[in-house]
Amino acid sequence: MRMTELYALNETVDIGSLTFTAEDIVHFARDFDPQPFHLDAELARDTLFGGLCASGWHTSAGWMKCFLAFWAGECRRLAEKGITPPNLGPSPGFTRLGWLRPVFAGDTITYSVSLLGSRALASYPDRVMNTILCAGRNQNDEPVIRFESTVLEFI
Amino acid sequence: MASYTFEDFTPGRRFEFEKRTMTADAIIAFAREFDPQPMHLDEAAGRASILGGLAASGWHTSAVMMRMLYEAYINGSTSEGSPGVDLMEWKRPVLAGDTLGGHCAVLEARVSRSRPEIGIVRLRAEVTNQRDEVVAVCEYINMMRLAATGAGHAHD
Repeated sequence: MRMTELYALNETVDIGSLTFTAEDIVHFARDFDPQPFHLDAELARDTLFGGLCASGWHTSAGWMKCFLAFWAGECRRLAEKGITPPNLGPSPGFTRLGWLRPVFAGDTITYSVSLLGSRALASYPDRVMNTILCAGRNQNDEPVIRFESTVLEFI
Repeated sequence: MASYTFEDFTPGRRFEFEKRTMTADAIIAFAREFDPQPMHLDEAAGRASILGGLAASGWHTSAVMMRMLYEAYINGSTSEGSPGVDLMEWKRPVLAGDTLGGHCAVLEARVSRSRPEIGIVRLRAEVTNQRDEVVAVCEYINMMRLAATGAGHAHD
């Protein structure tokens, strides 16, 4: 079945949570984003962030991690009902990503997804492009990240 | 190491990226943690996919771009992080063994109205491979502190 047959437009579904430990934050930052506020709590105190916080790219990749775990569960759930799960392909990118609040060491982010729309691709009749809203909020229910992503679907 | 402040980010200014090779090990390690799909984990599965080989997660390419931005201008600068990204395009697969490079350029720069010690810089990064093909494009904001409070370099 297609995404649009399975999920109502604009309906938000939680896809899982991830806790950002200081160790995880520093480990990611050493490889990819070694700015002081992602590496050292002491140095972070004098910046706009005010404390050790995750690279925005780490927070973003956390959405992907949770989505894949969620999607594996969805595929199992659908298969048990005798429904062929949608066949999703790679994403060509995203727009309008906001890192709305810092993700501090110890924060737990709950991620979500909602289907915004789906369009046919003139040059590929066997594919559609879905637009999804991806988001995350912290343990105080404050939004920390949002972006609009596109995902290929083979039909 | 240069120590750039907001005043250095004039529209059109370019910063070149150091080259970086994407190894199979690094691609698989990132994918295991964040994006464990077969085409990011296994050469044969990658070849069978529309990506055509063991391919880096787009999030990995973005993270490597971040590291190239850090080396190009952020290290030692007055960067105060980023509130977001207008667009990120993963235009071509990044395959194991590819060597990435590219540059970023300043699109616009203005001083924050609510925080006059902070400048808001919008940049466009283009990541290329060893054939000079653009594999990723990103337009994003970087907040940069001004050289000194009241230095009078405001652009607006």
